[in-house]
Amino acid sequence: MAIDVKDYLQPHVSLSISERLDLVRRRFTDESHIAVDQEAFRNDDDRAVLYICPAQVFKLNEEEDSCIVNFEDCLECGTCQVARRYTSWRNPKGGYGVTYRYG
Amino acid sequence: MSDEKFEVIIVGAGLSGVAAALTLARNGVEVLVIERGDFPGAKNLFGGILYSGVLAELVPKFWEKAPIERHIVNRRWVALDVDSQVAIDLKSAHFDKPPYNNTFTALRSQFDRWFAEQAEEEGALIICETTVEGLLTEGDRVVGVRTGRDDGDVFADCVILAEGANALLSEGAGLRPAMTPANRVNAVKEVLALPSEIIEDRFHLEGSQGAAVEYFGGAVKGMVGSAFIYTNRDSISVGVGCLIEDYLGTKTAPYELLDEFKAHPSVAPLLRGAKTVEYATKMIPEDSYDDFSDLYADGIMLVGDCAGLVNPSIHHEGTNLAMASGVFAAEAFLEARKKRDFSRTGLGSYRSRLNASWVMQDLKHYRGTVDFLRANREFIDSYPRITVELMRDYFTIDDTPKTEVRRRLIRKVRDEVSFLRLMRQLWQARKNLI
Repeated sequence: MAIDVKDYLQPHVSLSISERLDLVRRRFTDESHIAVDQEAFRNDDDRAVLYICPAQVFKLNEEEDSCIVNFEDCLECGTCQVARRYTSWRNPKGGYGVTYRYG
Repeated sequence: MSDEKFEVIIVGAGLSGVAAALTLARNGVEVLVIERGDFPGAKNLFGGILYSGVLAELVPKFWEKAPIERHIVNRRWVALDVDSQVAIDLKSAHFDKPPYNNTFTALRSQFDRWFAEQAEEEGALIICETTVEGLLTEGDRVVGVRTGRDDGDVFADCVILAEGANALLSEGAGLRPAMTPANRVNAVKEVLALPSEIIEDRFHLEGSQGAAVEYFGGAVKGMVGSAFIYTNRDSISVGVGCLIEDYLGTKTAPYELLDEFKAHPSVAPLLRGAKTVEYATKMIPEDSYDDFSDLYADGIMLVGDCAGLVNPSIHHEGTNLAMASGVFAAEAFLEARKKRDFSRTGLGSYRSRLNASWVMQDLKHYRGTVDFLRANREFIDSYPRITVELMRDYFTIDDTPKTEVRRRLIRKVRDEVSFLRLMRQLWQARKNLI
């Protein structure tokens, strides 16, 4: 099939993180594999987990000044627990979590 | 699975684990690989380059049958500033014939699945959808693993940990130093779909030729790390990877850095019309040789990323070190098996095999690379920027006499670069960077 070059002249547009996450197959459990020590999170002036996680798993609950953990969005890199030891991360149950099509 | 016993259990079906499994099975060892993903490769990720020297020994002429993407004939290293680039460009027809410089792009979800099938054909047993939650020990000796399944304990003469960069079991068992923001990179990557004809046109390639482009300096805002574009068959892999320490220090989100990189005037034209089809992330180990633990103990060996076997220099090799370590661990087991001694002493030839090979020779040579860059940030920040600016100014045409241009450039270098410091740095760089 002939390629029409004109179809490939438009600028590439970055998707939002949630659109990007929708591209990855994830199988969920009810049980979170990530825990956050809320006290230590409150004492972290940087609130580092809010930006260091590439999947934006951690969101701020502004009313309660606590950390919401959307563990089902996790792409399983483990960066959170290396960046801040107040997060504890373990492997999801076998067969759950992400499956990459390309990888 | 209760009371099942194998000769070897391998935790993780990535490149190192499968290379070990294939070598063991080929030598008649009863080997079980435990993988937590739906299939081998399901959770595996890399930037994009498969260095295949060891693979070609394990599976001769693999390029005729394996699901690989392109063979790399063009490598480009690019320094970026805000709106300009200076590049070194290597393209050689020498790389255009077998073994293709042992450098291929691949997609791990597809390649690792195929590689695991090769091990299965040799007799390795691979079970998926199973997470190893802990090691079973008797005294100091590892005797098996606890999985998340009912009756999930499995026993073996020897366990090989091939769990990847997020080395939770290795660290938990005290077999490696802690993962820290200074020894782990976070990398994010997108796969962008583009027709093969467009890729070949845009990157000046023919047939299955491929290009690998690495970006430094302003591309990653002077952080220890780099950005990359690798060509696959009908997609390109685009990503950034930097020390977690630097993301924290600059309060930068990895995806923000990726999006800025994709929008750079030197990069954006390469991505026109490309649609993101996957977004993925992983950690990369940048452990120094000096921080390595023994990598083996009674009844256990560490291979691949969890052992920290990644060359952190501009070579940025990992896949070949992973496969080599898997093969060495398998050979060490075969030697231990002759004497039925799977203790630390019996498995000791694993480390001596690694040490005698290019794997540890390279890692030893580049033992100081990451700390050198952390301590001499000019190499990732001001030097690339100044180089770009000098080149741009030197070739700027505005009817200034060339002698005056030359004078300005010399003044700029004198103002911005301390020669004494540069000389001292270059002397150190000979061991750390080159």
